[in-house]
Amino acid sequence: MNMKTVTPIARTRAFATVFLKEVRENLRDRRTITSAFLTGPLLGPIIMVMLLNITLNRQLDKAENPLPVPVSGAEYAPNLINALKAEGIVPRPAIANPELAVRKQDADVVLRISPDYATAWRKGEAVQVELIYDSSQRDANASVERLSNVVETYARQQGAMRLVSRGLSPSTAWPVVAAKRDQATAQARAALVFSILPYFFVLTVFMGGMYLAIDLTAGERERQSLEPLFANPVPRWKILAGKLAAICTFSAASLLISLVAFGVVGRFVPTEKLGMELDLGLRFSGQVLLLMLPLIVLLAALQSMVAAFAKSYREAQMYVSLLMFVPILPSILLSTMPIKAQGWMYAVPLLGQHLGIMQLLRGDGVTAEQLGLCLIGSLAASVLGVLVTARLYQSERLAISG
Amino acid sequence: MIEVKDLHKAFGAVKAVDGVSFKARDGEITGLLGPNGAGKTTTLRMLYTLMTPDRGQVIVDGIDAAQDALAVRRELGVLPDARGLYKRLTARENIDYFARLHGLPEDLMANRREALVNALDMVGFADRRTEGFSQGQRVKTAIARALIHDPRNVILDEPTNGLDVMATRALRQFMQHLKNEGRCVLFSSHIMQEVGALCDRVVVIANGRVVADESPAALREQTGEANLEDAFVKIIGSEEGLAA
Repeated sequence: MNMKTVTPIARTRAFATVFLKEVRENLRDRRTITSAFLTGPLLGPIIMVMLLNITLNRQLDKAENPLPVPVSGAEYAPNLINALKAEGIVPRPAIANPELAVRKQDADVVLRISPDYATAWRKGEAVQVELIYDSSQRDANASVERLSNVVETYARQQGAMRLVSRGLSPSTAWPVVAAKRDQATAQARAALVFSILPYFFVLTVFMGGMYLAIDLTAGERERQSLEPLFANPVPRWKILAGKLAAICTFSAASLLISLVAFGVVGRFVPTEKLGMELDLGLRFSGQVLLLMLPLIVLLAALQSMVAAFAKSYREAQMYVSLLMFVPILPSILLSTMPIKAQGWMYAVPLLGQHLGIMQLLRGDGVTAEQLGLCLIGSLAASVLGVLVTARLYQSERLAISG
Repeated sequence: MIEVKDLHKAFGAVKAVDGVSFKARDGEITGLLGPNGAGKTTTLRMLYTLMTPDRGQVIVDGIDAAQDALAVRRELGVLPDARGLYKRLTARENIDYFARLHGLPEDLMANRREALVNALDMVGFADRRTEGFSQGQRVKTAIARALIHDPRNVILDEPTNGLDVMATRALRQFMQHLKNEGRCVLFSSHIMQEVGALCDRVVVIANGRVVADESPAALREQTGEANLEDAFVKIIGSEEGLAA
């Protein structure tokens, strides 16, 4: 070894050096790989397919199949029973305690016809039949609605016949008729089902970079490598920049895999059975990617920031997991409070992405203004996040392991 | 050459370093001796600019650390108290990472790395991932990456900590080797024999202050104790007597 002093050489390589080392090291970590390239991006599409298939099949089943309904007092109203049978409802023998049976989910709905039905019918008075059900059993709602519709249709038919037999036009009894004209496009109906999709994308980005972000500070500190790293003649912000870039690369890769998976899955979801249209193709993926880009940086900065506060890897893992609930907020907010999207909302990070992706799913597309607001708002937030993290990184305490 | 002038550093009410001054010269091994908690590690951390002193000055090869921390770091090879390696990288990759952070060109990096791998007797494990390395293998790797940029000044914080007899002997020889190359070697220790056997100069620190700055021989003479350990106890003891 000679003793000539080292001349200061190209320091711009520091960023690339840190970036490449982090990527290489994390590509060797099975847990990071699984989270970033497997569970993270594929969990969403798989859950989506499962949920959709279950709900679709269930709804289709209920609409087409014979519906068995326990009926008590069937003998009092043979005509009504015949009308029910004609609509595919199969009357079953009466059961002892209909209320309990419904609550215990032994039956979706029970029909009770009172003994004075026949008498009242003959006198031409209004008679009552009871539908016993439990509306908290969402599963039963389709059956209840179907039975109730059949009963009401039967009642209207009979009413009309009575009016005609008295020489009156049936329209006297129904002066106003509400005609429903649903303006939802096939795509918009699909969007309702897919409103959870934006969250899956955010979650994917989150999980893609999570382990890197934790490793970046808490991990380095725990295995005592941060102090030697900082002894190198490289400004800390360059080290941070390289690490943030590595996090962003992993989460972007996660998002890409997820978009591809959704694109593939979108072809196999039988949305057309529900009269829906769903386009998860290239155009959609490209626009989602654009919307999510600033968010990738923001989440990387936030995760690193939160992890930097932790003393150990485990602690950091806990903080970051808690942070994972933040992206759910816009989804919850929008589903519980059906607020109309205002322009400024697009500038709010996470909320903007949620609204934008929903627009894309509905087939409305995003306007240049909405896109601009979304990008600028999220970009500003991510710059702020990076600056705060960089400041945190300057702290003397950060490097000390013990 | 490393020069430290009147360093102060407090953490809250605790004065970790309370006016430390000394010089570590080229071609000499300087030992920073002191009991645990005396302020050795904090002093060294200010030297390699991980911490900023509350007061005082650090000068390395004529460069003021407060003026140009990066230039100072370039002149230093540091084995800190924390010597964590990247467990998913091999020993060679660990060394290369630091070499690139120093901006070494690839060919020069390869030459220096192989020279260090040979000098530190690392050939047998240099291509293994560092997960599961023995303490000795860890320290060797950490030293190799600290010296990859051929620094004139070498700072080692308790380098023999946790090493077995053979590894300790090898490390001491390596430090002699560094000294013979004309480098300025500064290391901290709380082991008297080590300091006595290796050092040209001993700086004794207790309670954040320098209580002696002599050659080992002069230290023995000054205290009237033939044994360095007795001399050390006498110095520290009298200091504690004064403080009480």
